[in-house]
Amino acid sequence: MIVEIGHFALALALGVAVVQSVVPLWGVARQDRALAGVGQAAALASFLLVCLAFAALTLSYLRSDFSVENVVANSHSTQPLIYKITSVWGNHEGSMLLWVLILTLFGALVALSRRSLPERLRAGTLAAQGMVTVAFLAFTLLTSNPFRRMLPAPAEGQDLNPLLQDLGLAIHPPLLYVGYVGFSITYAFAVAALIDGRIDAVWARAVRPWTLLAWVFLTLGIAMGSYWAYYELGWGGWWFWDPVENASLMPWLAGTALIHSTVVMEKRDALKVWTILLAILTFSLSLLGTFIVRSGVLTSVHSFATDPARGLFILIILVVFVGGSLALFAWRAPLLRQGGIFAPVSREGALVVNNVFIATSCATVFIGTLYPLALEMITGDKISVGPPFFNATFIPLLVPLLLLLPIGQSLAWKRGDLLGAAQRTMLAFAIAIAVTVIVFAIRWGGPVLAPLGVGLGVFLIAGAAFDLGERIMARASGLPAIWARAVGLPRSAWGTALAHAGVGISVIGIAATAWSTEAIGVLRPGDSLTSGRYRVTLESVTPRTGPNFRAEVARFSLASGDRVLLPVEAAKRLYIARNMPTTEAGIRTDGLSQAYVSLGEPQGDGSIAVRLYDKPLVLLIWIGALVMAFGGGLSLTDRRFRLAAPRRRAAVVPQAAAQPAE
Amino acid sequence: MLIWIIFAAMTGAVVFALLWPLNRGPREAFADTADAASLYRAQLGEIDRDVARALIAPAEAEAAKAEAARRLLRAAGDEVGAAGETEASLRRRRASSALALSCVPLLALLVYGAFGSPNAPDLPLSARIEKEPSRQDFAMSLARIEAHLAANPADGRGWSVLAPVYLRQGRFEDAARAFASAIRHGQDGAEMFAGQGEAQILAAGGVVTAAARESLSEAVRRDPRNPRARFFLAIGQEQDGDLPGAAAALRALLQEAPPGAEWTETVRQRLQSLPGTGPGAPGDDPAEAIAKLPSGAQQEAIRGMVDGLAARLRDGGGSAAEWGRLIRSQLVLGDRDAAASSLRTARERLAQDAAALTQINALAAELGLKDATP
Repeated sequence: MIVEIGHFALALALGVAVVQSVVPLWGVARQDRALAGVGQAAALASFLLVCLAFAALTLSYLRSDFSVENVVANSHSTQPLIYKITSVWGNHEGSMLLWVLILTLFGALVALSRRSLPERLRAGTLAAQGMVTVAFLAFTLLTSNPFRRMLPAPAEGQDLNPLLQDLGLAIHPPLLYVGYVGFSITYAFAVAALIDGRIDAVWARAVRPWTLLAWVFLTLGIAMGSYWAYYELGWGGWWFWDPVENASLMPWLAGTALIHSTVVMEKRDALKVWTILLAILTFSLSLLGTFIVRSGVLTSVHSFATDPARGLFILIILVVFVGGSLALFAWRAPLLRQGGIFAPVSREGALVVNNVFIATSCATVFIGTLYPLALEMITGDKISVGPPFFNATFIPLLVPLLLLLPIGQSLAWKRGDLLGAAQRTMLAFAIAIAVTVIVFAIRWGGPVLAPLGVGLGVFLIAGAAFDLGERIMARASGLPAIWARAVGLPRSAWGTALAHAGVGISVIGIAATAWSTEAIGVLRPGDSLTSGRYRVTLESVTPRTGPNFRAEVARFSLASGDRVLLPVEAAKRLYIARNMPTTEAGIRTDGLSQAYVSLGEPQGDGSIAVRLYDKPLVLLIWIGALVMAFGGGLSLTDRRFRLAAPRRRAAVVPQAAAQPAE
Repeated sequence: MLIWIIFAAMTGAVVFALLWPLNRGPREAFADTADAASLYRAQLGEIDRDVARALIAPAEAEAAKAEAARRLLRAAGDEVGAAGETEASLRRRRASSALALSCVPLLALLVYGAFGSPNAPDLPLSARIEKEPSRQDFAMSLARIEAHLAANPADGRGWSVLAPVYLRQGRFEDAARAFASAIRHGQDGAEMFAGQGEAQILAAGGVVTAAARESLSEAVRRDPRNPRARFFLAIGQEQDGDLPGAAAALRALLQEAPPGAEWTETVRQRLQSLPGTGPGAPGDDPAEAIAKLPSGAQQEAIRGMVDGLAARLRDGGGSAAEWGRLIRSQLVLGDRDAAASSLRTARERLAQDAAALTQINALAAELGLKDATP
């Protein structure tokens, strides 16, 4: 009965969402607050209803209720508890339910944020969010219903895809979905502003926390997904330029641009039209990602759904929401009151440069991802646009952006002083050059680009640090004064610096991959294999039985030079229910580096193929992403009001001290 | 019934929540200007605090204040007309209430009605396992036997019980393996070999393979009267082109049949379907033959055929299409109870085959046999 109650709750939520998308909009159009209030009630009600549905499905998984088709197809009674829970969203139908849950969660949060949102904007936003909810609820109920029953019930389920039976599944999709779906709110804000025809600093201020929140979660989700692929797939790679990865990278890039452009809008009341467009594009790219992943256009771990009817449905959603919002944009954007003009050399000018570069790189990824798909659809030719394309296009766009970043960061609002900014970043640049030269000398004969990459990363970190330092030190003398200024500095300033430093940390980690080494060997117990700094010796190969799999576990002792590290275990597992093998890589973290052991096929004569990678500084890639996300979170906690302070040329204060408060 | 009360309560609560703001909500117009004004006033206050903390120079603060004040003035200029309680607003509220009152229950019932199964109870695994064995559902008992045999693969008796079940479910390869295991572990009676032969034939798509023939011969060697083995051996002869031999074997089988044996009808049909060898029947095609009978006898003959089909399907195998034909025929003959019972058996047998199960369920819905849902 609980299953059916969950199902009915989901069906009720559809009706509520329809009301939510119609009545508040009418209220906005007719200046009727009572109608606008329905939006809040509907948003909260639909969230509670979807919660109920999600809880019912989760309970079915926990109790192994094999009268539910979805549970049969993706669960097994011997699964450990944690995977019974994660199985809920480890499949197409369940993940759609999670998607809708987060969608309504954001709607409910908007409904509850009474203080920080103007009422009209909130009503319009809830209506737009309601429309998105209607579309996805209808999609879930009509084509991907997780509550379909199977009677008589089979005695056992078919188990979850073994590649997904990992802690990563508990973390990666929820984070990613909060990111993806979070951008639906900025989309809803943009649509509301377009319909209402009012857009100003109030709008920018209202949107900023939501954009930041979505961006932080998307950053974490992508980083988590990348680390998961790195340790679970057993190839030692962390980014494959796979279309599914690109599908999450594109909204991230657009969202990054959006964060920066809303700052300009909030502070200078400029870039309005562009910001609205970015907000629409960011969520459109999220939708596109959903379409690519779920339409069956691709096959990968992510593409659980290969039903053409679903693909068509998502395509319709995509066309309606992207096309509809862009049409609305084309119609209403010219009516918006334009913001002020500004000088090219200024903080806002630098942020425009940032936006141009990021948008271009996003377009590059877009072309690299969709061109092969479009070509295959039209001509039937299969071409592969792999890392070479992206290395040749994406990276050359990113490097100048990162080089300009510390300079732009130290420019003042309204009227910047390029020479002064260059001078201020000179010290950071000198440190970066010095580090590059030192690294180059140590690693003489290695890849040329790696030390340059490390130098770039150091430049970013040092630039962020000096920028902070300057704000703290300026006009303050003596430790107590410095301390007071450090504490008094807005948290968003700390957040900005941290996020930019995080980019630098990731860049160093990425550059260091050029030094990673790989060795392949066929080992018998007692044999050794050396790669880079690490040497593994195969100790034993023993069978082991898990709750729902059998494994051959190879135990290696690990040494780096004379240092003996903890032993490492790699395994090949066979999941019984699906008769599907997986590789469990053995990873030993050594400082910021990792030794990575992966098993190949057993050779029959008692030996086994083994790959060993030395991955120097590889952890920095993900640590950088965590720092970025933390910076974003810190900025999110800053609830202060922002306004740009123009600098007076003939100011009485010293030039260097003329930093605006953020 | 309870579930519909719960659904009604849920719907009522949701509609009530939607109507609440329409009745109790504020009557004034939006306070946009107040929102914007409060933002810019807060900004002004923020600038003062920044000056106090020495985060911003007084000169900059002055300029920033000027800008905030400019925006404040502009926001005040955006004043929109106020609206109070009017005839129009009342009408709007009524229309919105009507929308909430109609749209929510209607959509929910429509969608749930199309996809929901209100009568299906929850079936958590633990509850199914704890049920006493006699009341356990078919899939659970099967799983129990399978689990037992996975732990004790040398239990020949267990295999001999499981093998015919697999055969009935249409899992022919599993059945052949199970029969082989039963034989290996001491259950080497003629019936086991005959079953193995049948499973091998069905697994091969109806072709009597050499391996199947070997099993069948073994069965006949142990029990020369085993009807199942002899029947399939005869089919083997038929497939080899030895039609007279096959017909002779089938006739012999019929003659030796004990009175009331269920399988005689199957054998007779097979015999009739052999070209030119019917036992003096008016024609080769049974339908044609029946058409020539007087109407009373016609009904009788049709009933005989349906019973034959029922007997054959009860014995084992049977595709969704065959079950469908049986259920339909039984309904046509007016035997609703038999049809319902066949439906139950079909669902049990085809439990492992989702596609077949949907087919059967669709048929049941079409024929209005939904009341027989387990």
